[in-house]
Amino acid sequence: MDRNISIIRRLDWTVIFLWGLMMVLGWLNIYAAVYNEEHSSIIDFSQRYGKQMAWILLAVVLAVLILVTDNKLYYFFSWLFYGVFLFLLMMVLVIGKDINGARSWFDIGPFSIQPSEFAKFATGLALASFLASRHQQLNSFTNMIKAVLIFMIPAGLISLQPDMGSALTFCAFFLVLFREGMSLYVFLSAVLMIAIFLLSLLVGNIAVATGLAVLAIIALWILFNRSVAFVAAAVILLSTAISFVVGRYIFNLGPTPIIIMTVVLSGLVFLYFFFRKKMNSLMVVYAFLAGSIFYLFTVDYVFHNVLEEHQQTRINILIGLEKDPYGKGYNLNQSKISIGSGGVLGKGYLNGTQTKFKFVPEQSTDFIFCTVGEEWGFLGSLVVIGLFVWLMIRLIIMAERQRTLFVRAYGYAVASIIFLHFFINIGMTIGLVPVIGIPLPFFSYGGSSLWGFTLLLFIFLRLDASRSEYLG
Amino acid sequence: MKDRFVNRRYFITGLIIVAASVLVIKLFFIQVIDETYRISAENNAHRYVTQFPARGLIYDRNGKLLVYNQAAYDLMVIPGQTESFDTVHLSSLLGITVESFRERMKVARGFSKYTPSVFLKMLSSENYALLQEELYRYPGFFVQTRTLRKYVEPIASHVLGYVGEVDDKIIKSDQYYKSGDYIGVSGIEKSYETELRGEKGVTIYLVDVHNRIKGSYAEGKYDTVAVPGKDLYSTIDGDLQRYGEALMANKSGSIVAIEPSTGEILALVSAPNYDPSLLVGRIRSDNFTKLQADTLNPLFNRALMASYPPGSTFKMMTGMVGLQEGAINPSTRFSCSMGYHAGSLTIGCHSHSSPLDLANAISNSCNSYFCNTFRYTLESSKYSGAPEAYDYWRGYVTAFGFGSRLGVDLPGELNGNIPTHAYFDRYYGKDRWKALMIISMAIGQGEVGATPIQMANMTAAIANRGYFYTPHIIRSIGPGGTSAEPFRVRHDTGISQENIESVIKGMEMAVNGGAGGTAHIAALDSITICGKTGTAQNPHGKAHSVFVAFAPKENPRIAIAVYVENAGAGATIAAPVASLMIEKYLTGKVKRTDRESYIMNLEIRPDGQKH
Repeated sequence: MDRNISIIRRLDWTVIFLWGLMMVLGWLNIYAAVYNEEHSSIIDFSQRYGKQMAWILLAVVLAVLILVTDNKLYYFFSWLFYGVFLFLLMMVLVIGKDINGARSWFDIGPFSIQPSEFAKFATGLALASFLASRHQQLNSFTNMIKAVLIFMIPAGLISLQPDMGSALTFCAFFLVLFREGMSLYVFLSAVLMIAIFLLSLLVGNIAVATGLAVLAIIALWILFNRSVAFVAAAVILLSTAISFVVGRYIFNLGPTPIIIMTVVLSGLVFLYFFFRKKMNSLMVVYAFLAGSIFYLFTVDYVFHNVLEEHQQTRINILIGLEKDPYGKGYNLNQSKISIGSGGVLGKGYLNGTQTKFKFVPEQSTDFIFCTVGEEWGFLGSLVVIGLFVWLMIRLIIMAERQRTLFVRAYGYAVASIIFLHFFINIGMTIGLVPVIGIPLPFFSYGGSSLWGFTLLLFIFLRLDASRSEYLG
Repeated sequence: MKDRFVNRRYFITGLIIVAASVLVIKLFFIQVIDETYRISAENNAHRYVTQFPARGLIYDRNGKLLVYNQAAYDLMVIPGQTESFDTVHLSSLLGITVESFRERMKVARGFSKYTPSVFLKMLSSENYALLQEELYRYPGFFVQTRTLRKYVEPIASHVLGYVGEVDDKIIKSDQYYKSGDYIGVSGIEKSYETELRGEKGVTIYLVDVHNRIKGSYAEGKYDTVAVPGKDLYSTIDGDLQRYGEALMANKSGSIVAIEPSTGEILALVSAPNYDPSLLVGRIRSDNFTKLQADTLNPLFNRALMASYPPGSTFKMMTGMVGLQEGAINPSTRFSCSMGYHAGSLTIGCHSHSSPLDLANAISNSCNSYFCNTFRYTLESSKYSGAPEAYDYWRGYVTAFGFGSRLGVDLPGELNGNIPTHAYFDRYYGKDRWKALMIISMAIGQGEVGATPIQMANMTAAIANRGYFYTPHIIRSIGPGGTSAEPFRVRHDTGISQENIESVIKGMEMAVNGGAGGTAHIAALDSITICGKTGTAQNPHGKAHSVFVAFAPKENPRIAIAVYVENAGAGATIAAPVASLMIEKYLTGKVKRTDRESYIMNLEIRPDGQKH
């Protein structure tokens, strides 16, 4: 009894308040998105708001259940959870229900469960457990790789469904690694790798290779001096010119072999400088550049030759290259119109014309923020963003007050996942981020997403409530 | 616990704040500063107006138009976009009652609040003209143009078929069709639906809150253009078809005429027929109900969908198999004493000289001859017994296109019936049946069933001296094309040319002389017609008159099968009809006007039926 009372007292009620408020606001907006005069009853289980009401009540039950469990459970069984969810992610590829060409759902009677939404907490626990056991020794290459693999394996399985949006959110765990000591360079490299991949699809290999070369020259300028950068630039330009003339007119080669020739040719020149002038750092920059270009062509090759056409299409849609059913940019355009037409104060609750006439697709799920923007205006959007920032910063403060690395790392995992969903989801509705179909935590319609986030959050609340006990 | 990286919390917190600020700044721009979104929202009611393609036209073999299109106007409604309006006035504009108006509105609302549904189909052009001027007062209503079929003359209804509105089942199974769309229901309209329908296009308009079109959305970037349906060039000869229908007036039955060298159907008449324009537009459903209730069944395409016992016209088949199998030769003679007698079995025959050879037996239509031929064929020492021999016999017959549908490019074709070995096994016990038990098949009675088009096809195969092309009704999709692949495959029957010539000799004699020829009535001065009469037994009343023929004898240009129901023996009605058709087609003009008007004015109806 004492223990239970102390848990209630130690619970972070701010977070619980934010969680409850977000669910209520989310529900109000789902009601507005689905609303029409024929179905105005609040409790109507044929409508999404009726179902969401049920999901919310079940989420509260789930939250209470988590709070009454033993906190040690999550530490000692973190790998078990992880194993179970890896298994489920594999199973869903085999026996999952095919919806729109993706096997992401288990069909259980009248319900569909999306295991990828629940895999996040299990992955967070496993990663936290791993980091706790290694005491921040992420400077070791093996530890680093292992840590990355912990969340890249589930992400890979999810991308096979294929659900690239959900898989992408696992990149949030890089933030946890960064907090726990991942080298700044590795962190930036990871960011660069993702950027190169997306850019190569968006603007093409040659543009990206050129950009990388310019980046390398700027790096040389900053790291050394103008003359080194100048020499390097001259070498690169000259070898490009030679490779182009020789490759194009003598051997009749395509752009890819010409770029490779350039890299090799300039590499030989740099090798000369490296040995004669002892310019070691020049070689580091060159190695970095060559490595990036090699990586660039590898992903390009994998993308065009290893991935199947529908997977390519999905990635292209993901980064906004392919048309959606209504024509290129239709969704985004409609979404921006509805948010933009909200003005400062919004059109008022249930008065949104854009949402009412269903111009925006996926209004109650991925594009729920449109309803917020249209009916509640800039002020409403500000409030919602404010609530998320409050929640995330609160979570970071809570994570930092932990006595154990395990709970802290898990706390960061929770904050990071919410952060990525928050930024990508709102960002895509206003055209800052390509359209990636992932839900807005606690707002979007859907049981799997709501329970997944509730589970993620309340396990942290439960661990935080026992922060005086020593774990791991 | 020593934590070297504790300061990274500030980096991460900073990242969150920066990211949130970026979102806020962007939101500030699009929500507070930029007015264009507000303006586009006002113009943002999109209306998707389907552009219906014109249905493909249908021409006859000489390039004369048979079917074309006329414009029709459907009033559409999006219930979610309507505002309060003067119901009484709008009802009067449309020429419907207020009650009917309310009922239609209820139906539309029940279907969907946000997607357009058909409110009133096929407005008259007067109502459309009235409405057009005032439509702007009625937000949520708009007019959609469709095309309806129009016929140059009231012929070939069974060939052309008709279009009807799609039902729920079709809408569910085929994404192309939306409620209110039309689809080919029978005839060419059905079998060439995908070619005729074209592709729908869509124009997206921006409409303001008053339902006024503000222009096309995104300068028409997302619009698609309707692709008109392909024009079809039919094998039908319009003149011959019209003539055939006139000959069959006030009678029941059918005429199928085929060009033997190609398998092209020159005329396909099913009587009684109906005016195809009765099944177009708002009058369609009333007329359809009436036609369906007609006891003479004018909607039924007898040429393809009626299976009759072919009667004596089947004797050529029996003869050809007998020759090919070596059971008889052209000079084999069988005697006939008013019929075929075997034990207690007797199949009667009429009075004619006896014995006869093959050609004379065909010419005289001797039952005894072909019963003998059939029995010798099935009791040949080559085979273990009649059941085994029957398999070979059936093989020849099916090679002529009997027993299963030919694969004509018109819907609803029947298989006809040539019983299988297994059928007789079931009936008599395994292999416990003999030629005599099924002897009536020899003369096209008993279990044999064939459609008029199968009989015409057999005649075409005889005319070709041993092969046929599957009969078809479309020779080209779009101008200058060829017929579909299946219609360019030559089907060989396995009967030698020499044996077929022997049979043709009999058919020639039947029409053009020789003692006891049964079809002298069909003879023409200028052209050698080869033909054979038949009488199809009818359990419901008077027998059907049947005649098959082709002409000229050398290089035949037309093969024809004529069925006239309840007209008695083949020579009486069917033979003159076939002869007139051949004369019309080959000479372009019928000289025998007396006979022509006699046939045209003759009325034959089933016993006890008045029309």
